[in-house]
Amino acid sequence: MSRAPSIARHAAFALLACAALSGCARLQPWVKPYERERLADPVMKLQRDGLSDKHFEHVRDVREGSRGATGVQGGGCGCN
Amino acid sequence: MKAKYRILVRCAAGAWLAAALCLAAADAGAALTTAAKAPDFTLPAIGGTNLRLQEQRGRVVMVNFWATWCGPCRVEMPHLNRLYDKYRGSGFVLFGVNIDEEPRKAADLASKLGLRFPVLFDVEKKVSRMYDLSAMPSTVLIDRDGRVRYIHRGYRDGYEDTYEKQIRELLKE
Amino acid sequence: MAAIRGLRRFGSLLARMLGFAGGIAAIGGAKAVDLPENRADLMFHGYDGGGVRATGPALLVRKNLVDRVSMSASYYADIVSNASIDVVTQASPYRETRNEYAVGLDYAVRDALISLATSTSREPDYRADAVSLDVSQETFGGMTSVAIGFTRAKDKVGHKDRGFFDNASHWRYRLGVTQILTPRWLASVNVEAVADDGFLGSPYRAARVFGAAVPERNPRTRSSRAVKVRTIGEIADRQSVRAEYRYYWDTWDIRSHTVEAGYARHFGEQWLADAYLRYYTQDRALFYSDNATAETLYVSRNRQLGTFTSVGLGAKLAYTWKRIPGRYEVRLHGALERSRFDFTDFTDIRTGSPYAYDANVMQVFVSATF
Repeated sequence: MSRAPSIARHAAFALLACAALSGCARLQPWVKPYERERLADPVMKLQRDGLSDKHFEHVRDVREGSRGATGVQGGGCGCN
Repeated sequence: MKAKYRILVRCAAGAWLAAALCLAAADAGAALTTAAKAPDFTLPAIGGTNLRLQEQRGRVVMVNFWATWCGPCRVEMPHLNRLYDKYRGSGFVLFGVNIDEEPRKAADLASKLGLRFPVLFDVEKKVSRMYDLSAMPSTVLIDRDGRVRYIHRGYRDGYEDTYEKQIRELLKE
Repeated sequence: MAAIRGLRRFGSLLARMLGFAGGIAAIGGAKAVDLPENRADLMFHGYDGGGVRATGPALLVRKNLVDRVSMSASYYADIVSNASIDVVTQASPYRETRNEYAVGLDYAVRDALISLATSTSREPDYRADAVSLDVSQETFGGMTSVAIGFTRAKDKVGHKDRGFFDNASHWRYRLGVTQILTPRWLASVNVEAVADDGFLGSPYRAARVFGAAVPERNPRTRSSRAVKVRTIGEIADRQSVRAEYRYYWDTWDIRSHTVEAGYARHFGEQWLADAYLRYYTQDRALFYSDNATAETLYVSRNRQLGTFTSVGLGAKLAYTWKRIPGRYEVRLHGALERSRFDFTDFTDIRTGSPYAYDANVMQVFVSATF
């Protein structure tokens, strides 16, 4: 399969390109830690209740043919 | 079309990852350096009075920046309370600078936690910017001459022991 | 086999990137990352759809042990009564229980969080064991969070009359980047590659070839990729909207799109409500057929691999029952989701028309953070 080496090539290229960019060093974080009040609110959390999300993900895993990239931590159980 | 799309997706993911890692290297430290004069400020405190840093010259000052939405800040509070009680008689003063957008919430939490040291409100974040905070909470120790001596970014279990050691050292001067 | 080799190379590439990330971490400032907070959840969950009912309890406990280490343990049970269309048209309804146990350890070092977890799922005719490693790293002043993860799972596949007769292995590689865009907006990208090897079907399920039932024949390998982008932002005081899109494709030729949009807001100091809409559409696997008209190497009538859409509407409500700031908080939660599945190429042989069903998911749980 030519897929894996092409991923390696593309990622390596991206990494090299960035390393060469000396302008990177001048970029500063533009949202300071003391400006993150709104982001600390529960409504802004991507995953609020792990157990609840895990159950929803399991239901979807069993009913649907897709899996992965859900952002729910911990991988699947592989059960049928 | 599909093969091209796949390459594009992979390239984008790789580039994003590379950018994130690259930006990590670009993460500059705080502009606030030790041995520099601590920037002066005047902020309102609970009760309405204004407190000014310069007026504390001659005492050892610990400025702790905190917020109600910051977990480690809350864990740190009882330790700060204890240190304030222990050393306030020896010329130590603790300013708890709160950066919440709603001072009322901060005052509520301060009374719930039973904070005995002065709590100041930096609603417009002017002082936070002056002190170039790069983490929450941030603790700055200022000696009797008004110079910044120690900067602590974040809070972990055990930091309060380091604080105590440094306070005692500065009080001896 | 080539798929496995390819993904193993991808895995070693990720390992190298992980090393690179670790190197960057060493350069970056020593900012302390937070361990996940202590938590205990007790849940009762239920699923009802297409003749299948699965209910049961779930429990999660997470506690800081020593300064930088947090441990978690969870238990999940599914008591399944299966009277689904497959079952009623081929056999008789049955009931079984699946138990799942998981234990995890989180270690905070500088800006990174390393998580090691292991889980095992057991039912009378299927056993799955998995180990996963996740590393998440805060960079760029905490504005960007990069997470890498790997899961390795081994299953034992069984049949209630034959016992355990085969195995299945799985490798999962995850990569996620979360970026703070403004003080009110976040975005994230997640990528996951999964490779499977072994017995990947169900020994109970039959396919249909020329109208006759034959045991299904699935490939013994499967390799998939999924990319998900999402964004969440605060649009007004204590209200947020989120949008997500996931594209999935695999070597069985299944392609799917998932779109989800959600809205969350606080009501007063104690209530938090969510509402969301989820749309899922899938294109069938290459060897899937409702009624095959040719003899092929692989054939399956597993409707999970067919062409269908699912539209779901969900709502969640959380009530803060007791809150002592800095000490603990106890919340009561309820969640409900209703979806409709519409199949294009799976016939309900009882009626002769394309199969469709409604599914309900329900959760009630108590959570305490301390």
